[in-house]
Amino acid sequence: MSAFSAIGEGKEIDRNDYTPGLEPQATWCPGCGDFGVLKALKGAAAELGKSPDEMLLVTGIGCSGKLNSYFESYGFHTIHGRSLPVARAAKLANPGVEVVAAGGDGDGYGIGGNHFMHTARENHNMTYIVFNNEIFGLTKGQTSPTSPKGHKSKTQPHGSAKQPLRPLSMSLNSGASYIARTAAVNPNQAKDIIVEAMEHDGFSHVDFLTQCPTWNKDARQYVPYIDIQDSDDYDFDNTDRREAAEMMHETEDALHEGEVLTGRYYVDSDRPSYQQEKRNIGEMPEEPLAERYFDDSYEWERSYDNFLDKHK
Amino acid sequence: MTNDELIWRIAGGSGDGIASTSQNFAKALMRSGLNVFTHRHYPSRIRGGHTYTEIRASADPVKSRGDGYNFLLALGDSFARNPQQNAYYGNEEIKPLSENLDELHEGGVIIYDSGLLDASEIEDFDERVEENDWHVYDLDLRTMAREHGREVMRNTAGVGATCALAGIELEWIEELMTDAMPEKILEPNLEILHEAYDMVEEEYDVDAHDVKIPEGEHDEEQVLMSGSDAIAYGSIDEGCRFIAGYPMTPWTEVFTIMSQNLPELGGISEQVEDEIAAAALALGASHAGVKAMSGSSGGGFALMSEPLGLAEMTETPVVLIEAMRAGPSTGMPTKPEQGDLEHVLYTSQGDSHRIVFAPGTVAEAYTQTRKAFKIAYEYQIPSIVLYDQKLGGELVNVPASHFDEEPNPSLGSTLTEAEIEDAPHDESGKFSRFRYDTPEDNGVAPRSIPGQKGGRFLATGNEHMPEGHISEDPENRVFQMDKRMRKLEAIREELDGDGVNNTEVGDEDAQYGFLTFGSSQGTVEEAVERLNDDGHSVKMLGVSEMAPYPVDQVTEFIESVDEVLVVEMNASAQFRGLTQKEVGQYGEKLSSLLKYNGNPFEPEDIVEGFEVNIVEDDEHPHTRTKFVPAAGD
Repeated sequence: MSAFSAIGEGKEIDRNDYTPGLEPQATWCPGCGDFGVLKALKGAAAELGKSPDEMLLVTGIGCSGKLNSYFESYGFHTIHGRSLPVARAAKLANPGVEVVAAGGDGDGYGIGGNHFMHTARENHNMTYIVFNNEIFGLTKGQTSPTSPKGHKSKTQPHGSAKQPLRPLSMSLNSGASYIARTAAVNPNQAKDIIVEAMEHDGFSHVDFLTQCPTWNKDARQYVPYIDIQDSDDYDFDNTDRREAAEMMHETEDALHEGEVLTGRYYVDSDRPSYQQEKRNIGEMPEEPLAERYFDDSYEWERSYDNFLDKHK
Repeated sequence: MTNDELIWRIAGGSGDGIASTSQNFAKALMRSGLNVFTHRHYPSRIRGGHTYTEIRASADPVKSRGDGYNFLLALGDSFARNPQQNAYYGNEEIKPLSENLDELHEGGVIIYDSGLLDASEIEDFDERVEENDWHVYDLDLRTMAREHGREVMRNTAGVGATCALAGIELEWIEELMTDAMPEKILEPNLEILHEAYDMVEEEYDVDAHDVKIPEGEHDEEQVLMSGSDAIAYGSIDEGCRFIAGYPMTPWTEVFTIMSQNLPELGGISEQVEDEIAAAALALGASHAGVKAMSGSSGGGFALMSEPLGLAEMTETPVVLIEAMRAGPSTGMPTKPEQGDLEHVLYTSQGDSHRIVFAPGTVAEAYTQTRKAFKIAYEYQIPSIVLYDQKLGGELVNVPASHFDEEPNPSLGSTLTEAEIEDAPHDESGKFSRFRYDTPEDNGVAPRSIPGQKGGRFLATGNEHMPEGHISEDPENRVFQMDKRMRKLEAIREELDGDGVNNTEVGDEDAQYGFLTFGSSQGTVEEAVERLNDDGHSVKMLGVSEMAPYPVDQVTEFIESVDEVLVVEMNASAQFRGLTQKEVGQYGEKLSSLLKYNGNPFEPEDIVEGFEVNIVEDDEHPHTRTKFVPAAGD
């Protein structure tokens, strides 16, 4: 019997079950795109029948990190840029837990960029939502890794001399096996994409455009948006990494021309998740490791029996 | 001294097989009934560079490296790259012979491989030999090895010659080689071993010198173990089945042992992108209900500062291992130092609250790593095991029974689902994970694990309410801070009750005291024994509990003596500083003996430091150590 009976319970869940009973301290501004992520995540989790007790939502620092305050589940609000290593270890320790990590563009693509690259490379079976508002919001509007070239802010008074980072391309090159972009103003698509991301067996990366009405008025509201799968203007095979790469590049350029392209950019269903790869080489137990600590009948090994002979 | 102990030094280049040969030799001597202690000296490079391992063997217990040594096997650096005399680093090939002469005792023995080395290249070699009454055997080990196998087997030839000259029975070596070597190379090695032995016996008078192996007997079965082994096994026996790390000398040894052993125990080892990730993974795994660890050496541990603080704030149990090496910055990667004490005590923002153990011996490395896990999980606090390149790499014999202990896989203060049901929740159903009205007055509120029904809560690096909601409410802040700090008081009380981690030796009524911490303990212990044999009145307190600090025990110790000499391997007297901060007085009673040249203390360093500075009050003549007087002196 599992010590974690919330896992896979499959009971009927209403999206309001993820609303904390206690009103969270309000930290998001009216009109903030972050509400769009919250709504989409609640809808997706409810659709998949995940109970709040079987979900672990791991966040970084910034307005995005406050998602934990608005979403009822197990949560780990970590430190700036480090949500991914915390999240992926939790998944290794107990693969039954539904692990979702979230953070902003500075958190995920800037300070945590190394973790992003490696978590994608390893293809951990988890979902990562990046709130991309092209700005540092909580610290009041500084230029971020995704801010367009020429972006002026208090810390870049002459406009940024840097090209913005290309999140989708970086993700593809690093090895993510599900890559999508959606926008807060497109709630139905956002929910569907998060459902797919959570169901995908591997690292799912959702670049979520979240308008910042307070500090990034330039980006407007990410409207009008185009769903590349629905539009006749775009025709590409998102299981082909060359075509995906082309489409990502075009999408990243288009954003700064005022054209908001969204949709599913890359899906690789064949690549085994890291958990599977690790099991294949005998470096990860079949039974969730966390269960062992609650199993009174487990006979724990000790060094005296296992390792001492070679020292004699 | 030469009559009752053998201190054998095997010297060559990195890549010459010094480590494996010396390990086998040490084990053979242990099996023959002797007590052994090894000391490694090696450069930070893959091939070449002067390296040696010293094995001290005696019938009596050995707790330290010796003062110098009495038997040299100089193989020569076969990977030397710059044989030119005028090169900045000098002729490297000859270094295993030339660099080791200063510390060789009078009457000592030298075997060198004349197939590779030409002693006439060393200035005044013959004069020094005569002056010091050294017994020199120039043997062409290289040719001997080539004839039977491969050149690299000249180690074996050297061991064979050593056995003939020191009176070691070959069967001990044969048995060891048979255990350790694959069949293909075993035969030629055995042939070489015998040939070298026979040749020396036939051609030389092996009794021309008096450096001989002593005879000893153990009263129970022994194992040859390093500090790194002991830390890894202590972790495994506490049920640790998850490690995340990034390679860095000398911490890599613990990481390697764990990574090699965890898969067969159904555990998980992760080599990750950097040390920030490594510590964060350990937190993630622990949060999800697994006993987890990470670790590094100074520079890598610096990267762990923020996750360490997160563990404190979220009360996530975790064990971090810190293997010190000489700093600052990259420093001297393969050389020991105790310079990271303040670093591990205080790194990360805010008021630190963590456990730090600095084991003094290999045996303590095992027990204190276990204790570190136990406290971490019972009190939901990060525990650090602070050691160094010296303790990590030294091999000593420990009674096998020391490890014959029951495993303890308990997650400590963790609830089952049934218990969660009865535990307090807020009105919305969130579990009061961080309640400050804790069931016991020790600041510990038991936790739930993700996936457990009814246990959901928020862990956050922000200050938080009992259910985890972020809060800056002043009253709650004080309650939470006090709750976390209360754990330290309870832990201090528990450690006082155990009374096993700090080591006191010497007569209780002694006049003078030595205070030291971590891996210098064994060497100070030997110095204390010698000083008392010489008619002084001294005792020692070796402290392992760095945090929370054993204020009462140390205060009592300082008060009981006239003066205290604090011995540590760093330049800024960090341990003395910590002691003064914690006991709040006695600055005028504490002086320091420091060593930071990259080599650990020898007992004689301490004996001399004491005699010159404390007893005779003379100018300190020593260039290897530094004396810092007490305040007001």
